[in-house]
Amino acid sequence: MSEQNKPVLEVKGLQTYFKTDAGIVKAVDGVSFTVHEGETIGLVGESGCGKSVTNLSIMRLVPSPPGKIVGGEVLYEGRDIMKMSEKELRSIRGNNISMIFQDPMTSLNPFLKISTQMIETICLHQNLSKKEAREKAIKMLAEVGIPSPEKRIDCYPHQFSGGMRQRVMIAMALSCNAKVLIADEPTTALDVTIQAQILELIQKINKKFKTAVILITHDLGVVAGMCDNVCVMYAGRIVEQAPTEELYAAPSHPYTQGLIASVPRMDESDKAKRLFSIEGQPPNVIDLPPCCPFHPRCHKKIGICEHMYPPVKQLSETHTCACWLHASEEEIKKAEEEVKKNG
Amino acid sequence: MAEDKKVLLEVKDLKQHFPIDNGGIFKKQIGAIRAVDGVSFTVKEGETLGIVGESGCGKSTCIRSIAQLYKPTAGEVIFEGVDLCKADNKTLLKLRKDIQMIFQDPMASLDPRMTVRSIIAEPLNIYNRRGLLDHKWTVEEIENRVEILMEKVGLNKTFKNRYPHEFSGGQRQRIGIARALALNPKIILADEPVSALDVSIQAQILNLISDLQKEMGITFIFIAHDLAVIQHISDRVVVMYLGKVMEISKADELYNNPKHPYTTALLSAAPIPDPVKERSRKRIILSGDVPSPDKERKGCYFYDRCPHKMEKCSCNIPPMFDCGPDHQVACWLYEEK
Repeated sequence: MSEQNKPVLEVKGLQTYFKTDAGIVKAVDGVSFTVHEGETIGLVGESGCGKSVTNLSIMRLVPSPPGKIVGGEVLYEGRDIMKMSEKELRSIRGNNISMIFQDPMTSLNPFLKISTQMIETICLHQNLSKKEAREKAIKMLAEVGIPSPEKRIDCYPHQFSGGMRQRVMIAMALSCNAKVLIADEPTTALDVTIQAQILELIQKINKKFKTAVILITHDLGVVAGMCDNVCVMYAGRIVEQAPTEELYAAPSHPYTQGLIASVPRMDESDKAKRLFSIEGQPPNVIDLPPCCPFHPRCHKKIGICEHMYPPVKQLSETHTCACWLHASEEEIKKAEEEVKKNG
Repeated sequence: MAEDKKVLLEVKDLKQHFPIDNGGIFKKQIGAIRAVDGVSFTVKEGETLGIVGESGCGKSTCIRSIAQLYKPTAGEVIFEGVDLCKADNKTLLKLRKDIQMIFQDPMASLDPRMTVRSIIAEPLNIYNRRGLLDHKWTVEEIENRVEILMEKVGLNKTFKNRYPHEFSGGQRQRIGIARALALNPKIILADEPVSALDVSIQAQILNLISDLQKEMGITFIFIAHDLAVIQHISDRVVVMYLGKVMEISKADELYNNPKHPYTTALLSAAPIPDPVKERSRKRIILSGDVPSPDKERKGCYFYDRCPHKMEKCSCNIPPMFDCGPDHQVACWLYEEK
């Protein structure tokens, strides 16, 4: 369905490095994906794999120093965000691309009323008077399902529950008709029943306003229900990218396979069966040698994995995977020779 | 499988209320948070009892009260024929040897200034000093035991002089498990042991726990908010809401045939990692949030959010109704006519 829609955000070869005392941390190392209008794309991976840094980089919010976006481009409707001036950037942040964060308590100012915070956002980006902005804010709060918004708007964040705060964040993010909504683990801090409410809300907004959503999560269940396309990240790179159905039906990268198999399933439980577990720990991304970062934990590794990063292979029109298992024999031979030559 | 086994722990009408004071110097009590408000269940030897519920439903408070970390307001916790709530400190010390805990946050529950060896050996030392172990253990014996425990939980024994910060989250949780195993307990109370871990590490720890249980026959009370984890690990499941038990059943029965409207909603809200199934099934979305547990309720605790509420529910607390073998539910819908 997303093919007919035009792309709103294109990320091409994004690289974000952090300079630390221990060495250079390649938090994001060559990530590319495209988000189309009205599409929901999921970024999945374990902690430390670079999901959040990818999205902070899209908004150029990575603290610098120590962080630095060293390469790649992010095209928003054809314009490169990486080359914009601060002023241009400000007109895009919160206006065309907005974000909601994991913990709604830390991302709302506890000293200010909800009304003050929302009106500030709206006035900054749209040519409205304070009164009009307030009306708009009330309308948005009603849209996200806050009961009696005209009264609740004058409350402080602590007077709301976790789920309500997340609704306020979503209302604020959407108050300027953002084209892209980046949701960084929006439901991780919430309970299952509240999570279901918030996910339903994001889905509704996605359909109604045709907002493209980038959903960052570690929960494979959430991805299955919400996303059209999924990118699986590991150690700063996308290892597999596919439409959701295809990814779950035929995961091609050993990491994706392991990830899916290691989640206990409510629908087909087999007590006697042990869970599949990926042994070992995620790698330290400081000064990672040129190899597949997953090879120490991989159950299908071959010789070449230890020496060279696998090429990204197109498995079908929409399915890509970075693994040597999908490379042809000639490619592997060629790579092995190259490794030998370089010692 | 657990039917013919004997009951190891029995909780009867356990209540744990925390007082709210008015903020003045006399700390006049103006109310109470009813964290656990009348919970009863039994745990049989060798089984895993899962407790599941949303945050604030009293899961953690419940097992902390069982371990007597809080003094319960009312009720009984009977372990091996002794009521822990009434036991004096001396008996409690002896019995606590058989009751150990694993905590959620492995960084916060390990002392950052102690080496792994001293962390794991601490319970042994405490009981050894008081002469409560089978014989007086020598330093070498304790050292030996620490090494055996580390190997058992999958830690390299050469790491025993390291500090907790040198380990990753999953390894820290293994240290916590080794410490809990040190005294060969009969029951381990595990308070969300996997919820702070990544999926791939979570699977490792869950496998470790079920291996240990098979090998050593330890009884577990396992808390999690992830329904799939609970189903995988538990023999029986307790569903809690607002400090009350809503439903108790065998795990498979509960997941295939949930009775209580809250359980049904909870199960339907939990996402399934399969796009085809996830999109085709119907979700029951509960409206509103969990209410505050600070007031006494006359009716069903789930009344405010229940999609099937009846007039009766607002003013009568439902007792546990039997609905099938080993399946009880606190809901008026299942009252026998």
